[in-house]
Amino acid sequence: MCLAVPGQIESLYADNDTPMGKVNFGGVVKEVCMVYLPEVQIGDYVIVHVGFAIHQIDEESAQATLESFAELGLLDDELEDLRVSGEDS
Amino acid sequence: MKHLSEYRDGAKALKLAAEIARICKGNWAIMEVCGGQTHSIIRNGIDQIVPQNIEMIHGPGCPVCVTPISVIDKALEIAARRNVLFCSFGDMLRVPGTTSDLYRIKGGGGDVRIVYSPLDAVKLARKHPTREVVFLAIGFETTAPANAMAVKIAQQQDIHNFSVLVSHVLVPPAIEAIMNSPGNRVQAFLAAGHVCSVMGFHQYHRLASQYSIPIVVTGFEPLDLLDGIRRAVVQLEAGQSHVENAFPRVVTEAGNEVAQATIDEVFETTDRAWRGIGVIPQSGWRLKPKYAEFDAERRFAVEDIAPEESNACRAGEVLRGALKPHQCEAFGKQCTPRTPLGATMVSSEGACAAYYNYGRFVHP
Repeated sequence: MCLAVPGQIESLYADNDTPMGKVNFGGVVKEVCMVYLPEVQIGDYVIVHVGFAIHQIDEESAQATLESFAELGLLDDELEDLRVSGEDS
Repeated sequence: MKHLSEYRDGAKALKLAAEIARICKGNWAIMEVCGGQTHSIIRNGIDQIVPQNIEMIHGPGCPVCVTPISVIDKALEIAARRNVLFCSFGDMLRVPGTTSDLYRIKGGGGDVRIVYSPLDAVKLARKHPTREVVFLAIGFETTAPANAMAVKIAQQQDIHNFSVLVSHVLVPPAIEAIMNSPGNRVQAFLAAGHVCSVMGFHQYHRLASQYSIPIVVTGFEPLDLLDGIRRAVVQLEAGQSHVENAFPRVVTEAGNEVAQATIDEVFETTDRAWRGIGVIPQSGWRLKPKYAEFDAERRFAVEDIAPEESNACRAGEVLRGALKPHQCEAFGKQCTPRTPLGATMVSSEGACAAYYNYGRFVHP
């Protein structure tokens, strides 16, 4: 859970007044809370940590970080948590 | 420095390492505080391509590793209760408490679930109104905004069967504790990039000045780390001690102020125990009194659980940078990722696991 993983915003909506979005992490799409980045738009890249977008970054930085995490083997753990949590809830 | 090939270009890494060797005259000990950075340093052999007179010391930057055994025992006590649906990040399930871990509680019939986000736990509470849903809220400043918001949303939405077992820790007091510890050897810090993306780095100026240490905000790519080390060495050689931001594509001086405001609304600072280190004053967050309803410790009356830690595991010394993982007698013998004695071997980002996984059994 240490990592903050970059992804691209596919949609934005509100859930019980909380700003949310669907974010694509290299093929895995997950619901992410956008409350801390009120200015973001569809198509933007954000760094997501435990289901919350905490910082906006440019696409090249996002791709670089994703590929680096994948190479380090760190992304598997994070994406596994994404998949497991999706099944559980 | 924008493209992937540039972040991890081997030739550039060697050039940067050569530049560090050129400017480095003294013997310097530099600590990276973040577990993700430790993993990257060991995985990429960064500590081996910098000159031998630079020692990389691995700091207490893994939230799973530093969560005290008392919190694990409280989690086990709560998770074993009937009608409790206990939620945690996945990497906490194997962390050993005094006599068990969350996986064993789950195997014994406890309803322990892995969630990716604390909001998933809030959702479960909404979905199961007759059950008590408890979330194990650990982590550094990067995680705190999410956990604070989960509590706030539960309150806003009148979800009263949700509570959090809070064990948040803060980086700056840990740096201060390391600098004040007897025999401290750290002469410069690489500050954790993602922590600073939330908190900014303004709070580090006082530490750099008071302890005369360079603090360089650093990312996770090999070249990010080498650049962080280079900047630290430049300062050390010049006798300087200020804060530098080597991760500007993610970190600003102010950080995410919306997130900071929510943390301030929900949490207040408190003394906090760190696994293997002990209590560091004002090094953590706890819920403010107005959110006491959501405090799992109170709801389940587990405040007084205070176990003793085993002497067999030397994770505390590893977390303080006083001992390298391979110098522990249990390392790779009784203690492996499959049979961990301590949290630094459990977590994939713990220093012991990084040393084990990349075969650092003899040489640091």
